Amino acid sequence: MLARRLLQAALLFWLVITLVFALARLAPGDPASFLVPPTATAADAARLRSELGLDRPLLVQYVRWARAVVRGDLGESFSAGRPVGDVLREAAPVSLWLGLVSIALTFLVGVPIGMVQAARRGRAIDRLLTVLTTTAYAAPSFWIALSLVAVFTYGAATLGLPAWMRLPAFGIRTPGLALHGTAAFRDLVRHAVLPVVTLSAVGAAGIARYARSGVADILEQEFVRTARAKGAPAWRVYGRHVMANLMPSLVVLFALSLPGIVAGSVFVESVFAWPGLGRATLSAILARDFPVVMGASVFYAAATILANLAADLALPLLDPRRLVSRP
Amino acid sequence: MSTFATLRESFDGTSRIAAGMLVLIASGAVLVPMVARGDPLAIGDVVALRLLPPFSRDPTGALHLLGTDRFGRDLFVRMMLAGRVSLAIGIAGSVLAAAIGTAVGAVAAWRGGLTDRIAMAVTDALLAIPRLVLLLLCAALWQPGLLTVLAVLAATGWMGVARIVRGEVEGVRARPFVHAAVALGVPGARVLWRHVLPNSLGPAIVATTLGVGNAILLESGLSFLGLGVQPPRPSWGNMIAGGRDLIVAAPWVALAPGVALIITVLAATLIGDRLRDQLAGERRRAPVARTLGERA
Repeated sequence: MLARRLLQAALLFWLVITLVFALARLAPGDPASFLVPPTATAADAARLRSELGLDRPLLVQYVRWARAVVRGDLGESFSAGRPVGDVLREAAPVSLWLGLVSIALTFLVGVPIGMVQAARRGRAIDRLLTVLTTTAYAAPSFWIALSLVAVFTYGAATLGLPAWMRLPAFGIRTPGLALHGTAAFRDLVRHAVLPVVTLSAVGAAGIARYARSGVADILEQEFVRTARAKGAPAWRVYGRHVMANLMPSLVVLFALSLPGIVAGSVFVESVFAWPGLGRATLSAILARDFPVVMGASVFYAAATILANLAADLALPLLDPRRLVSRP
Repeated sequence: MSTFATLRESFDGTSRIAAGMLVLIASGAVLVPMVARGDPLAIGDVVALRLLPPFSRDPTGALHLLGTDRFGRDLFVRMMLAGRVSLAIGIAGSVLAAAIGTAVGAVAAWRGGLTDRIAMAVTDALLAIPRLVLLLLCAALWQPGLLTVLAVLAATGWMGVARIVRGEVEGVRARPFVHAAVALGVPGARVLWRHVLPNSLGPAIVATTLGVGNAILLESGLSFLGLGVQPPRPSWGNMIAGGRDLIVAAPWVALAPGVALIITVLAATLIGDRLRDQLAGERRRAPVARTLGERA
C-alpha cells in the first residue's frame, strides 16, 4: 500500500516535470531572444543559444532538465543570474509563514461558522452567514485587500480610527527603522495584519461553505440520532461525533489548501508588496524569466503532491475504517 | 428525471433573485455602452473631467453615476463595457473547459484500458499543479490578450469535469439500457452520445455553473496582474488595477468594478449551489470544494 502510493507520487511528479517542460517549449518564440541585447549580432545570439543548450535536440534538453530537477537543480535565473533554487529559497519563508498563519485562521474561523450554519440550517442565522460567506467567497482577494487598504491605511485618519487600527500596507517592515526584539516583532505583526486578514477571509468563506454541507450530511446519519436519543449533550454530539467524522475531509482539505494558499498569495503579495514566492513568480513572468517560472511551477506541484501524500498517509490514523483494505 | 427538467425545477427564491441579478448585469453590459453618450474608450478634456466623484455632473451637465476615472472617462459606462468582456470570457471559458472535460472523461471511461489510464494520468498531473500556477505559467508563455485568457482558462479548467464525467459514465454504462442498446447493434459512438452522455451530465452541469464564477474571478485576477485583458479594452480586473494607485484620492475607481464583479460571481455561485443541492437530492455525493489555489 505504502510502496504503491509512493510509486504513484513519483510517477505523478515525473508527469508534472514533463508537462512543465512541454508547456515551456510549446510557447512561441525563442527564450534566448529575450536575453539577447538589441545590439547583439547573430553570432552572439547563436553563442548564447549554445551556452543555454537551446541548440540541442528537444529530447536532449528534456532529459537534461528532468535529470537536473530530480537532483534539485532548477537551473539559473535569466534576470538574476543566480540559481533558481536560491531565488525560490529566499522568497519561500515569507509566503510559507503568511500561508500557514492564514490557513490556521481560515480553519479556526471557517469550521465553527459552518457548524453553526449546519446546526441552525434554514434559520435566520444560517441565511445571514450564507450571504456573508458566499459574498466573501465571490470577492477577489486583491479587491478585498485594496478595500482594507482604503479603510485601514489611508482612510484611518479620515474615519477617526484609533492609532492602533491604522495599519501599514506596504512591505513586511517599516523602512529606515532599525528595530530589535519585541519592537521588530510588533512591527512585523502590524504589517502582517492586512494580508493575513485578506487571505483568511477568503479562505474561511470557502471552508465554512464546505463545513456547512459536510456537517449537515453528518447530522443526518443514524449515529447522531442515536447519540441524541441517549441524551448526549450538544457539545458532545458536535465535539465528539460530528468532529470525528468531519476530521478526515478537513485534513485532506488542509493539506491541499497549503500549496494553494501559497500560490493564491500572488495577489495579496502583489498588493502589499511582500517579498514572497508569489511576487517572485510574478516578476519572473513579467521579465520572461522562464527558468524561475518553470522552477516555481515544479516547486508548487511538488508541494501539492507531497501534501496529498501526507494526507493519504494520515487518513487511516484519523479514520480507522480506512485501515480495512479496500478493493 | 432528465437534466432539463431538473434545471427548470431548480430555481427557488434565492436562485431566482440571483438569476435576476445576472440578467440585469448582462443586459446592462449589452445596452448601456450602446445608448451612452460618447465613446467610453476615448479620452476628452482630461483636466475638466478626471476623477469626478460618483453622482456628480461635469461642466457640460452630463451625469456620471459612478464618477469618472483618471482620464475623465465615465466609470459606469466603462464598467458595463467591461462586463461584456468579463461575462463572455467567464461563460465561454467555463463552457469550453467543460466541453473538453466531458470529451476526455467520456472517452476515457467508454474506451477504458490504456486510453483511460493515460487520460487520467495527464488529468491527475495537471490537477497536481494549483490552477493558479498553471494559469500563470501559460499566461507567461503566450502574449497576453482576450483569446489567450480564454484558451488558458479552458486549458486549465477541464480536469475537474473530466473526472466527474468519467465517474458518471462508468456508472451509467453498467446500466441495463446501455447493454440493451449495445445488444441491438447500435454503434458505440452513438450509444455514448445518445444514451450514456445525457444521463451523465448532471454533475458536470453543476460544476460548469460553479465554474463560471471561478472563471470570471480568474480572468479578473490575470487582468489585475497585467497578464489578461489589456487596456484600453476594459475588463473588471484591469479596471481595478487601473484604480489601484488612486485608492487614496478616488477609491471608487478601483472599488466600483469590484462590486459588479462580486455581484456577478455571487449570482453564478448561488445558482450553481442550488443546482448542486437539487442533484444531491437525487443521490448523495460529496459537495464540490473549491480549494484556495483555484481562485483569485
